[in-house]
Amino acid sequence: MRIRNTRARRTINNLIKLISLVSAVAGIAVLFWILADVFVKGAGAINWQFFTEPPPPPGAGTGGLGNAIIGTLLMIIFATLTSVPAGVFAGVYLVEVNPHSKLSEWIRFLTNTMMGIPSIVTGLFVYAVLVKPMGTFSGYAGGVALALIMFPVITRTTEDVLKLVPDSVRESALALGAKRWKATFSVVFRTASSGLITGSLLAVARVSGETAPLLFTALNSPYWPESLAQPTANLTVTIFNFAMSPYPEWQKLAWGASLLITTGVLLVILLVRTALSRGGNK
Amino acid sequence: MFCKKQKNMTQDTLFKLATGTAAFLIPLIMGGILGALVFNALPAIRAFGLKFLITNEWNPATGKFGAAASLFGTVLSSLIAMLMAVPASLFIAAFLSEFAPRWLKKPVRYGIETLAAIPSIIYGMWGLFVVAPFMSQHVQPFLTRYFGFIPLFKGPPMGIGMLNAGFILALMVLPFITSAMYEVFVMTPRETREAAYGAGATAWEVLSRVTLPQSLPGVVGALFLGFGRAIGETMAVTFVIGNTHQISSSLFSAGTTIASTLANEFTEASEGIYLGALFELGIILLFVNLIVIVIGQQWLKKLKQRGF
Repeated sequence: MRIRNTRARRTINNLIKLISLVSAVAGIAVLFWILADVFVKGAGAINWQFFTEPPPPPGAGTGGLGNAIIGTLLMIIFATLTSVPAGVFAGVYLVEVNPHSKLSEWIRFLTNTMMGIPSIVTGLFVYAVLVKPMGTFSGYAGGVALALIMFPVITRTTEDVLKLVPDSVRESALALGAKRWKATFSVVFRTASSGLITGSLLAVARVSGETAPLLFTALNSPYWPESLAQPTANLTVTIFNFAMSPYPEWQKLAWGASLLITTGVLLVILLVRTALSRGGNK
Repeated sequence: MFCKKQKNMTQDTLFKLATGTAAFLIPLIMGGILGALVFNALPAIRAFGLKFLITNEWNPATGKFGAAASLFGTVLSSLIAMLMAVPASLFIAAFLSEFAPRWLKKPVRYGIETLAAIPSIIYGMWGLFVVAPFMSQHVQPFLTRYFGFIPLFKGPPMGIGMLNAGFILALMVLPFITSAMYEVFVMTPRETREAAYGAGATAWEVLSRVTLPQSLPGVVGALFLGFGRAIGETMAVTFVIGNTHQISSSLFSAGTTIASTLANEFTEASEGIYLGALFELGIILLFVNLIVIVIGQQWLKKLKQRGF
């Protein structure tokens, strides 16, 4: 297809430019369309009650999602407290302890692969190894499922961040007589800390919207969570159950929960982005 | 002196041990996932054998299960998603790398990236309550009127179904494909591109004859990653696909995917064989997903090593 005619060439060029502009605008427009719907439909559900009360019985009265908010927070905290240390340690192993071996290469590959596992499969796994033997759905199982999703992400982030620390930093710490662990935790980590924190925050943001891994681990509950050893109320499974229900009051609560989660996730991302751009990193 | 040295050794040994244990958790968990799924699927694997893959029947009452409808729906919805998302991603990536004025690049990139941050369940809600009515009132009647002679566009306009699921999936994979494509576009050597501009080529000519051919392998890798993502996506699809075990030639009809079958039916399943069949679906999903993603990752990694 050789087009010699300058005018035709310019027309085609402009046409393609136009299509690509339209595609970009359409992409952004859909983003705002979704956000607008979530805000408009969700705002009506947000009031004092929304945060302080458990949901109403089907088809009657009013209520809130206080129990689900607490349940979600508890499970995320549990997942963060378990997966962040494990992920950071694993990342440290891959960069500081044993960077060049075949074993590490293999673990790196598996880390990437594990990040690609569909979250519903993670749910199946946790059901098989925790829910079934314990005989009950539980918040712990939900927390473990979320932790399993965060773990490879944190490992990978830690690895990426630590790799950016120049070797001279490590070597000078070691040359001063520091032990390896001391050099890692008090010198290398100081340089890498902001990256580690933003990476962990992004992982938390990512799992806070997860539903599939909770469906058959934490399940859901209409009651306040008294301990994580029982089925535990959470926002995302509540959205799923309530949105599919025929009761307008429940559907309204589902939109309210959507608004809450979306706002939370976007705020974290905004925070991370401003922190990164202030750090001069892209 | 000797004592102190001993202490140093133990501290660092402990350090190695602790980090090594954490790192070794990853292969351990991966093995555990595989083992646990296979163990729990055994009743179904024994009962149905390989026929599981091609049987369409899914009947909890009679205890007969086959994965054909779920597999079909998984592949079809992901294909629709790719058909919609790939051209759009290509154009958006082209816009970002070639056409966009400098000041516009960052906001557009951030906007598209934000699409990836919206949780799956929000896409599901939006697809069910906003896209489905719009589709049944406007899009589907239009398609039936002008393209109704094609079996793909026949049937009652219900709003939910394969087409809706494909559309929502397209939105969800779009940001991933776009940013992967953008990355490979930008990797094309600046000199080659500028040489083409210098020879009088238009932006489109540079893109289609220099950038695209050079970055084609990378684009293919990006497609694999997007497809892998679409296959495993659960909640959004569960909301809008209709969750019916059927294979239909119409894109308007309800269907199901492996992930949405699991999401919908798992807590209802009580007998061993039903649970086993669901676990077996999980294995299929895991394998298909891993194959696609691993191919994509290795492909892109090799390209990067070659430093193209």
